Parts: sequence; structure tokens; C-alpha cells
Amino acid sequence: MSERKTDQAFWRRPAIADETEAHQIEDVRQQHLLLDPRYPLDSDRDVLDPMYRSSKRYWFFFALFAGLVLMMFTTWTVQMWLGLGITGLKRPTMWALYIVNFVYFIGIGHAGTFISAALRVLKVEWRRPISRAAELVTVFGLMTAALFPLIHLGRTWKFYWLIPYPNERQLWPSFHSPLLWDLTAITTYLSCSILFAYISLLPDLAMARDHTSGWRHILYSVLALGWRGTEREWSNHETALNIFSYAIIPVMFSVHTIVSWDFAMAIQPGWHSTIFGPYFVVGALFSGAGAVIIALTIIRKAMRLQYFLRTEHLEGMAKLMLLLSFAWDYFYFNDVLVPWYGQAPVEKSLFALFASGRVAPLFYLMIFANAIVPVTLVFKRVRTSIVGLFIVSLFIQIGMYIERFLIVPVGLGQNEIPFAWGVYVPYLPESLISIGAFGLVIFLFFLISRFFPLIPSWEVYEGQVLQGLRRIGRAILPTRAEPD
Amino acid sequence: MAKTPHREWAMIIDLDKCTGCGACVVACHAENNVPIQTEQEIARGRGIHWIHIERYWEGAFPRVKANFLPLLCQQCERAPCEPVCPVYASVRSDRENLNLQVYNRCVGTRYCQNNDPYKVRFFNWFEPVFDEPLNQQLNPDVTVRSAGVMEKCTFCVQRIRRAEERALAENRALRDGEVIPACVQTCPPSALVFGDLADPNSAVAKLAGDRRKFKLLEHLGTEPAIVYLKGGESNVRA
Repeated sequence: MSERKTDQAFWRRPAIADETEAHQIEDVRQQHLLLDPRYPLDSDRDVLDPMYRSSKRYWFFFALFAGLVLMMFTTWTVQMWLGLGITGLKRPTMWALYIVNFVYFIGIGHAGTFISAALRVLKVEWRRPISRAAELVTVFGLMTAALFPLIHLGRTWKFYWLIPYPNERQLWPSFHSPLLWDLTAITTYLSCSILFAYISLLPDLAMARDHTSGWRHILYSVLALGWRGTEREWSNHETALNIFSYAIIPVMFSVHTIVSWDFAMAIQPGWHSTIFGPYFVVGALFSGAGAVIIALTIIRKAMRLQYFLRTEHLEGMAKLMLLLSFAWDYFYFNDVLVPWYGQAPVEKSLFALFASGRVAPLFYLMIFANAIVPVTLVFKRVRTSIVGLFIVSLFIQIGMYIERFLIVPVGLGQNEIPFAWGVYVPYLPESLISIGAFGLVIFLFFLISRFFPLIPSWEVYEGQVLQGLRRIGRAILPTRAEPD
Repeated sequence: MAKTPHREWAMIIDLDKCTGCGACVVACHAENNVPIQTEQEIARGRGIHWIHIERYWEGAFPRVKANFLPLLCQQCERAPCEPVCPVYASVRSDRENLNLQVYNRCVGTRYCQNNDPYKVRFFNWFEPVFDEPLNQQLNPDVTVRSAGVMEKCTFCVQRIRRAEERALAENRALRDGEVIPACVQTCPPSALVFGDLADPNSAVAKLAGDRRKFKLLEHLGTEPAIVYLKGGESNVRA
């Protein structure tokens, strides 16, 4: 294997005389996207084509998910009109499915930035083609999550009272309340995530601008902010993304820690736990990694992006998910063992409920989905099977949703005043809104897939330019050059 | 308005005297425009009673004993429901040791109820309905709360204000026993006593030193303004 000549374009494949070596190299190429460069226009076409060509099947699912979104907003309107009483909420389960959804969707929103920013900082190469989809999971997950505190409010139309704005009555929100910290953290995270996704989108928008005409050309010209691809632009772009990557990681950690504080700061038994911060962060990354895998497998199949999204990428995500599953086990064990050992009466009753009470099926399903199913990822056969990964990720979503359900309404049901104990059962309105929320995330993906490239092609090209093959003894190994 | 002195409004509940008759509940509903829910809603756990009698059964049938515990907002000095409110709807009045609820500021996050260990805060799930002739006897001194806001016992703050204004008009200090919340006024065996703990000669200050005294969920450190006097033999045998 010869070193690539500097005057040669990166997509040119040198002819190799030795047949065994040629086979060896072909094998490595099939496995690794970054070692398998193509003529960029071919790749660009693969990325851009699904944006203009929408099949009948696309429109069918588009209408389906649009219907779910419509259902969600209609139910919300009815709820505002009639009052929150139409839901299954009651004393003492004042927070229930809406807050479960809130925590769940914020959790989903975690992995995107983690994959994109943390893996960029760590220079993990397999992140390149999946970072866009992951960032969009973050943005849409957060947008959906941000709706839930509003849906949950008794007087939604007064939500702006939570925002510190100057007014003639000199009323100010109370920053003693974890809800205000929450609002601050989420708006920060959402705006950072949108900016981060937009900055990494810039070169792709310019690429789309150069390949399109008509209204799309005008749209992309405006959004690309006059990107020409000069040396200076690329270097500024790199700097901006690096700064953002480092800055957004602590923001990400803070957001889910603060979400956990909504519970941990309360004196409610079962909520009042010091481990909730890191435990929630790990849980969020865990469910988020699963959500990214689900999104990737669907995008890969539906938009025919098999060239970009390969087994290596999904396998990388699977390894991450396995690790996070073990971390989740560790934190959950801590969260349960310590109060169980303490045998405080209310927490004791809660654990009895988990072990053999009415929520026992949910509890065991959660343990099965979060702790047992992901262990199958130790087998390479499961990690490299798209269907297998999809099923494991789906189980994790179910498990993590149940976990939040067990914390919020089930935890609230048992409190210090046995007279006020209660069993929460979701009613139709909150069930419809919850289903609609899943529809909303998918709908936003459907919508954006027709406007913006879901694969950051510039990142892939950059990786392909930097990667090379080197022979050491009989093995052929990938090598990587540093950009500067 | 002249500066009112520091007060510590407090209530003594003598469990030895409580018969569990529920007159306080009715009086509170009438005084504070507390909406009366349908049977179905109450069965679901949506009933609103600022004061209610909690009944705990002891023993096995047929030798069961009923224990009565009148429960209302404990007006805690360190109330857990206050800091969690994002809009200061649940707010402290240090001057008179009251835990106020500002209905028109409440947006309905319901965090206060989650963080309230006594579970004595109530949410208006629907717009309140007062059937005939209850709509004719609404108290004009008290707001009728709209849908979507929390409400709770106020120690009949409207009666406190009235008494203070009367005393101010007559240019004298407030007398002990002049302020009587509706539940205290109605209690047939006088199990409830209300007054100012800051005044050492008041009835509550004397009773608060009783050796039977205890506070509810004292281990949480909320420092409630309600002092219970332990009941022993008053339990009703069924």
C-alpha cells in the first residue's frame, strides 16, 4: 500500500498490483466509510436526492404523523378549554404522564449533543456521518420536551410569568424554584443545540445551494450565509465547532442534572436522593443513544443511505449503549439499595410496591429492558445486526419510559400522609398527547429530511481526506492525519 | 395604615376533644367559598377540603378504633411548598407567620403540592360550580378561585384583616380570641383554639406548653404553626 500522493484527489483509488493486497484493501474499504472515498458529486447526489424525491410511502407516513401531531394539539386545546380535570391527575399525583414525557424527551435530547460534541472532542472518527442525525434528535427532542411543562400548567396562558421580564408591577419569578433553573437550563441548551447544529450545517447548505435551482437555491443561499469554502472559512468553522463542542458538554450535563433536581430538591420520599443528578444524566444518555440508533436505522433504510451509515457506525453506538447500560445499572443499584437499607417507612412501602405490588410488572419489565436486554450487545452478532440493534434500542426506550413513570406518579402516590395515598391511572387525554408527542418528533424528522441534508457530507469528506492505509508487517491498518 | 406588630398566628388542636364530627369542614367550605365537588370526583381523590378529618383505623374487626386527625395547612415557618413556587404564588408573611397563597399569581405548576409533606394543598381541576342555593351565599370577602390554580387553608386571613381593621378603628390592640377562623368558631367541643403565640398571655400560648403537645411530621423540620395535643382515651370504639 503506497501513501497517497498529495497531488492526487482523495477519491482516486491507486491501482494495486498484488492481488492479495487488493482483496485485503477492498475488505477494509467495505467496512470503513472513511477508507472508501467516492467521487464527491456521487456522494452529494446520494445526500441530496431524497430531499426532492418523496415516494408515496413517504407521504403516507407524513400524513400519519401529521395526524398524530394534530391530535396532540387538539387534545391540548380541549384540555385548556375544559380544565386539567379531564386528565387522570389528582391528589397526590399532581405530576404524572406530562412530566414523564418531559423527562423522557429531554433524555432523548441528550445523546445527540453527546455524540456530536463529546466524540468530536475525543476525535472519534465514526461519529462523522451520524452527527447530523444525532444533533437533530437533540433539537427535536428538546422542542417536544419544552412543550410539556406548558401542557402541564394549570393556566398555560400565563406561562410567561415564569420568564423574568421587566413589568410595571415589578413582579419577578422566584429563582429559588428548581422550575426556574430548569427553564434557564433548557432554553440555554436548546439555543446552543440549534446553533451547534446550524454551524455544522453551513458547508452542507452551501453544497446544496450549488446543486439546486429555484426556491431551494434562494433558501440555501440565504441560509448558507455566503459560504464559499475558502481556507479562512474552513479554519474559522473548525474553531467555532471546537469551541462549541467544549462549551456544550458542561451545559448538557447541567441540563439533566437540573431536571433531576426538580425531583431531588423535593422532600418527597423516593425523590429526595442525592444520586439523582448523575443517575439522570446517565439514564438520559442511555435512552438518547437508543433513540439515535432508532433514528439512524430508519433514516438509513428509508433514504437509502447505506453508503454513509454502515455497520461500523451502528456498532460504535451499540458499544456506547452497552457501556451506558452498565452505568445505568450501577446508579440504579445505588439509588435503590441505600434507601432500602434505611427502611424508612414510606420508601419501604414503595419498594414493596415495586417488588410485589401493583406496579411489579412494570418494575420487572424495566429491569429486563434496561439491564438484561442490552447485555446481548456483548455479542458482535447483535451489535452488527441492524434489526437486533433496533429491537434492543426499542426495549431501552420502553424501559427508560417506565423508569420515569415509576419515579414520577408512582413515587408521588406514596407519601408521608397515608390518608393521601393514591393510584394514578392515565386517562385518554394525556395518553393521546403522549402518543402525539412521539408523532411530533418523527414528524419533525420527516419535515426536515426534505429541506436539509441528514448526512454531514463535508465531515465525511474531511475524514476521507485525512484517512489512509498503512501496511505494518502483514496487516493493513487505517491511519489518520491531523488537519493542521 | 399603622404598622402592625409581629404576630405568630397559631392553632392548637386537642385530639382528646375531637369527636370527628366534621363541623369544621362544613364551616370552612361555607366561609372560604370552597367548591363542593361531585361524589364521583371526590371518589377519584379530587375533593377540596381545606380542613378535613383524617380517619385512621386501629385494630381488627370487630375491635376497631377510629383515630381522628383534623388536618389543615400547617402554616409552617419553614414551609417546603414556598421555595419551589416559580412565581411567588406560595409566599411567606414573616410579619404574621402566615403562609399565603396568591391565587391570581398562581400558574398551576402544582410543585407546591408535591413538596407539601402534609398534602393539604388543593388544585382546581375545573372551573368551580356552586349549585343553587350555594351560589347565593358566597362569602364576598373571599375570592372564588378559577380553574388551574392551587388553594389551601389561609387561617381565614379575611377574618384576621377584619379584626385588625376594627381594632385600628377603635384605636386599641387586638384582643386574644378576637380573631376566630370558621373552623374554630364551629368546633362543638372546642377542640380547636386559635390565637397569637407571640402574646404570652393568649390561650394558645398557654396550651402550647402542654405536655401532650406534638407537631405533625416534626422530623422534617418544617416547624408548623399548628400544635396537636395527643389524644389517648378519646378514640371512638366501633
